Amino acid sequence: MTSAAVSPVSGEVILSASHISMRFGPVEVLADISVELRAGEVHALLGENGAGKSTLAKILGGVYKPVAGKLALLGNEITLSGPRDAAAKGIALIHQEPLTFPDLSVAENIFIGRQPTKAGRIDWAKMRQDAEKYLAALGVTLDVSAPVRGLSVADRQMIELASALSLNAKVLILDETTASLTPGEVKKLSAVLDRLKAEGKAIAFIGHRMEEIFSICDRISVLRDGLKVGETLRTETNVDAILRWMVGRDVHHLVERGEPKLGDVALDVNGLTRKPRFADISLSVKAGEIVGLAGLVGAGRTDVLRAIFGLDTVDSGLVAVVGTKLVHHDPARAMEAGVALVPEDRQQHGVLMPQSIWENGSLAIMPRLAKLGLVDDKTARQKSAEGTQRLAVKMRDDEQAIRELSGGNQQKVVIGKWLLTNPKVLLLDEPTRGIDVGAKAEVHRVIVELAQSGLAVLMVSSDLPEVLALSDRVLVMRGGQIVSTFDRKDATAEGIIAAASGATLAEVTA
Amino acid sequence: MITRIRSRFGPEIVAVVLLLLAFGFSAFREPRFLDAEYLFDRSTLYMEAGILALSMTFVIIAGHIDLSVTSILALVGAICTTLVSKYGLPPVAMIIIAPVVGGALGALNGLLVSKGKLPSLVVTLATMALFRGVAQILLGDHSLPMPKELVGIHKIQLPGTYFHVPMVLLTILAVVAAGVLHRTVWGRWVTALGTNAEAARHAGIPTGKILIQLFTLSGVAAGIGSMLMLSRLGVARFDHARGLELDVITAVVLGGASIFGGRGTIVGTITALGLVGVVQTGMGVAGVKAEVQVAVIGLLLIVSVLFSNFTARKRGR
Amino acid sequence: MKKLLARRELSLVLAIILIVGVAIALQPRFASEQNIRSILLWVPLLAVAAMGQTAVIITRGIDVSVGSILGLAGMTTAILLRDYPQLGVGGAAVIGIGLGALLGAINGGMIAFAKVPPIVATLGTLGIYRGLTFIVSGGRQVDDYQLPKDLMNWSLEGPALLSKVPFINSIPWVVWIALLVMILSHLGMTYTRYGRDVYALGGNPDAAALRGIPVNFVTFMAYVLCGIGGGFAGVLYASRYGTVNPSGIGNGFELQVIAAVVIGGVSVFGGTGGAPGVALSCLLLGVVNVALSVLAIADTWQMAIYGLVLLVAIVADERFARSARKRAGEAV
Repeated sequence: MTSAAVSPVSGEVILSASHISMRFGPVEVLADISVELRAGEVHALLGENGAGKSTLAKILGGVYKPVAGKLALLGNEITLSGPRDAAAKGIALIHQEPLTFPDLSVAENIFIGRQPTKAGRIDWAKMRQDAEKYLAALGVTLDVSAPVRGLSVADRQMIELASALSLNAKVLILDETTASLTPGEVKKLSAVLDRLKAEGKAIAFIGHRMEEIFSICDRISVLRDGLKVGETLRTETNVDAILRWMVGRDVHHLVERGEPKLGDVALDVNGLTRKPRFADISLSVKAGEIVGLAGLVGAGRTDVLRAIFGLDTVDSGLVAVVGTKLVHHDPARAMEAGVALVPEDRQQHGVLMPQSIWENGSLAIMPRLAKLGLVDDKTARQKSAEGTQRLAVKMRDDEQAIRELSGGNQQKVVIGKWLLTNPKVLLLDEPTRGIDVGAKAEVHRVIVELAQSGLAVLMVSSDLPEVLALSDRVLVMRGGQIVSTFDRKDATAEGIIAAASGATLAEVTA
Repeated sequence: MITRIRSRFGPEIVAVVLLLLAFGFSAFREPRFLDAEYLFDRSTLYMEAGILALSMTFVIIAGHIDLSVTSILALVGAICTTLVSKYGLPPVAMIIIAPVVGGALGALNGLLVSKGKLPSLVVTLATMALFRGVAQILLGDHSLPMPKELVGIHKIQLPGTYFHVPMVLLTILAVVAAGVLHRTVWGRWVTALGTNAEAARHAGIPTGKILIQLFTLSGVAAGIGSMLMLSRLGVARFDHARGLELDVITAVVLGGASIFGGRGTIVGTITALGLVGVVQTGMGVAGVKAEVQVAVIGLLLIVSVLFSNFTARKRGR
Repeated sequence: MKKLLARRELSLVLAIILIVGVAIALQPRFASEQNIRSILLWVPLLAVAAMGQTAVIITRGIDVSVGSILGLAGMTTAILLRDYPQLGVGGAAVIGIGLGALLGAINGGMIAFAKVPPIVATLGTLGIYRGLTFIVSGGRQVDDYQLPKDLMNWSLEGPALLSKVPFINSIPWVVWIALLVMILSHLGMTYTRYGRDVYALGGNPDAAALRGIPVNFVTFMAYVLCGIGGGFAGVLYASRYGTVNPSGIGNGFELQVIAAVVIGGVSVFGGTGGAPGVALSCLLLGVVNVALSVLAIADTWQMAIYGLVLLVAIVADERFARSARKRAGEAV
C-alpha cells in the first residue's frame, strides 16, 4: 500500500490533545487533559475504574466531542465529527469488544462500507486478497471467507486492526483491548504492536494491568479522577510509583476492614457447572465474611453470580443458602432464600431508568409489602427513604427520575433496594464500577458494615485495591474455574494477577 | 405540582382535549350527537373494541403487541357456534367456554413468545392468519347463527337509563383493569417489564410467567369480545372484527401508552377509544366510505406515535 | 455463510419436489399444462414483491402495507390505462412503479427518520393506502374490457419484438420479468455496497452505525425498494387479471409476501437470507397453492396454512439460530 502522506518521522507527535475537558450531564469526567501520541511509540493511558481513560480514548477516536480543548493531527487542529471521520483522518479506535457482523465473512468485516469495486460491482476476490494482505501485515492468518461468528475476541480485534491498517491509520487507540485476552493472546498482540511501532504508527494503549503496561508500553500517563496526575517514560519509573499515581494514597488503607466476626456457612456452592462458561465451581461464604472473586474479564465470575442467583440455569451443581437448597431456581426463589444480587451493568440490569428513585428503591420488596396483591405505595416510599438515607444518597427528592442521579448514587439506590429484602447473602458484581472516589469509599464502608452485621458477601471485582482492602479471602478464577485461594494475610496484587493470568509470579513482577 | 401532573399525564390530557374537540365538532355538524339515546346506541358498536383495548393496553405497556386478538375473537365465535349447532352444546355454556377457549389460544401466543423466545410481532402476525384461517375452515364463507336466547344483549339496558349491558360490562372491566394496572403488584410488574425486561428479571420479577399471563389475558378478552359481537350481530362469521386490531392499537397508543412500553393508562385508552368512536361515527354520518374511515384511523395512529416521539425527544428521553 | 444458505435452499428444493410428488401421486391431473401455467402466472407477482420485502426484513423491519401498495399502484395503473390509453402499457407501468416507490418512501421516511416503529407505520399506511385506493377509484372497479388489450397480452406474451423468439414465447412473459427482477435483486444484494450495508445493518445495528454505515439511508431505501416491489406487483396484477377491484386487490397479500420471505430463509432477527432462497420459497408457495386446489382442498384453507407455515418457519429459524450460536460458543 502506498500512502499519499509522508511517513511520519519516529518520535514526531502525530495526534495531540490539549486541555481536553469532558462532561456527562452534570458530572465532569475529564478536566484539562493534555496528551501526545508519538510515531513509533506506545503510550499507555492508565487509571483506575472511573478515572476517565476510556472517555479520553473515545474522544481521541471521535466517538465523543469534548466540551473544551482541542485535538491536533500533525500539528493541524482538527475536529472529529464521528468515528468514521476519525477513521478517514487516520485515527482508529480498537474496542475491547470488537463490533463485528457475525454472519458476514472476515474479509467483509474488514471492508464493510468500502468494499473494493471493479466496474461498479464489488470485487470479492480482491477483497479477500486485501484482507489476507492486511492480516499478514499483522502476522495473523485467518480464513477470510469464513463468517466471523465463533471467532475469539482476540481474532476479532485483529479484524479491527486490519481494518484500521487498510484505512492507512497513523494512530491506533486500543481501548482496554487486553481485558478479555488470555496471556498467550496478549503476547501475540504485543508482537503485533511491535510491528506497528516499527512502521511508525502512534499507539495509545488503555489498560490497567501493570505487567502488560511495563512490557508493551514506552510512555505512561496516569489519570486519576479525571485529571492527569503524571507522565513518564517506562524506563524512568516502576510499578509502585505508577500505582501510587493511580490510587493517590497507600493502596491498602482504603477502608478499615477490622476483625471479621464469622458465623455459620451462609452460602454453599458445590460443583456448579455451566458449559462453556464455568465448570466445577465450589465455594462457601460464612455469615460476616467478605469473599472476593478476582480474575480477568471473561473468566466467568459474573456467570457464577448469575447462576447462584438463578438468572441462568446450570448443567449441574448445587447451591444452598443457610441450608435451603436451590435447584433449577429463578431469582424470585433465590430472593426468598435470602440472596441478593447487585449487577455489574447498572443501566441495563440494575435500575429502571425512567422511573423514580422510590419506585426503584422499593422494587424488590414491593411484593412483600403488598396486601392481597395491592401495592402499598406509602410504606414503599417510607422503606425506600430508609434505604436512601442510610446510604446517604444525594438527590433532590425521591420523586426524581433515577437517571438524573450520578452513577455512585444510582448504585447506592440499587444496594439500598436489596438491603430492604433483608438478605443473608449479598452478591456484588463490580460494586464500585464507574463511581467517583468519594462515593466508592462510602460504598466500601457500607459493604464492611453489612458484613459486620452478619451478611455473607461474595464480591466480584476487577479493582485490585478494592479486593485486597475488603476481602477476608480471595478466590481467583481463570478460564471458568477457581484456580487459587488466598487468605487475607497472603493476598497480594501480584499473586492475584499471576493466578488470574496464568503467568508465573516471576513473570508478573519482572 | 401542575408541571408534574402535566409531565406525567400529558398524553392523556391531550387525548381528553382531542375527544372534546372532536365531539364538539361533530355535534356542531350533526345535532344528533347531542342526543343521549343516539350516542348510547352508536356506542354499542365499540364495546368489543373497548374490551380488546383494555387487554391490549397491558400488552403494549409490557413492550409487546398482539396482532391476533381479532382473529381469536373470530375463531372463538366460530368454535362456540359450531359446538352449539353441530354438537348440541347448551347455549348458556358458550358464555363460559368463550373466554376459556380464547385464553387457551392466547396462551399459545404466550408460550411461543415466552418459552420460544420469539418476537411477539411476528408470532402474532402468524397466529393472526392461523386463527382466522381456522375460523374460515370451520365456517367457510357462511354466517352461522347465534342461539336466539343470546342475541341482542346490546338492547338490554339498565332500567331508566340508556346504559346497555355491554357498556356496563366494559365500565366494570375498565375499572378493574385500571385498578390492576396501577394498584396491584402484577400491574407494576408489567410496567417494569415494559420499561426494562432484563432489569425486571434481575429484580426477581417472573417475566416469563407474566408474558404467558399477558397473552392469555388478551385471549380471554377476545373471547369475551366474541360473545358480545356475536350477540350484537346475531351470527358468527370468519371475518368478524377483521381489521379491528388497527382501531384497538390506535386507541391504546393515542391514549398515551408508549409503543415502546413502560407507560400507559386505562383512562387514556378509554378516552382515545371514545375519540375513535366519535370520529368514525362522524365520518359515517358524513357518508365517508368504510375504507376511507380505515385510512383516517391509520393516519391517527401514525400521527399519535409521531407526536409522542416528538415530545419524548423534547423531554430529552 | 455459504453453507447455511445452501442448507435452506436445499430444503426448499426438496420440499418442492416432495409436494409435487405427493400431489401427482394423489391426483395425476396436477401436472397438466393448465396448472403449470397457473403457477407460472401467480408466482411472479409474489416474487417481485417478496424481493423488496426481503431487504426490509433483513434490516429487522417489516412492511405490512405492501398489499395496499400493490392495490393502490395496480388501481392507479388500471385507471390511467382506462382513461388515458395513449399512455401505453410502458408509460402506465412506469407510473405504477414510481407510485410504489413514493408510497415506500413515505413508510421509509417515518421509520428511518421519525423513528416510528415499522409495524406501527406500516399498519397505519396499510389503512391509508387502501383508503386512497378507494378514493382514487371512486369505489368502482375497473373491468378488464375497459383496459387496452396490450396490457393483458403483455403479461402473457411480452413486447411484440420478442414474441417471435420461440423459447421465450412459450413461457408467460411475466415469468421472464420476475426472473429478471430476482436476478437483479440477487446481484444488488451481493455486489453493491448498499446491498452489503443492508446485511450489516441487520446483523449488528450498533456496529453498523459506528462503522460509518448510513443507517437512516439504508433503512429508508429498504422501504423504498419494498414499495417498488409492491408497485411493480400491482402493475403485474392489473396486467394479469384485468379486473381491478378497490377492496379486493392486494387484500391479505402481505401475509403471503412475508411468509414467502421468512420461509425463504430470511430470519426475522435480521442479517441473513437472500434472493435465491426467497425465489425458491415463492415457487414452493405457488406449487402448494395449486396443489391445494387440485386436491380439492378449498381455498378457505389457504389462510390457515400460510399462518401455520409461517409460524413453523419462525420457530424453526429460531431453533436453528440458537444452535448456531451454541456451536459458536456463545452464551445461549
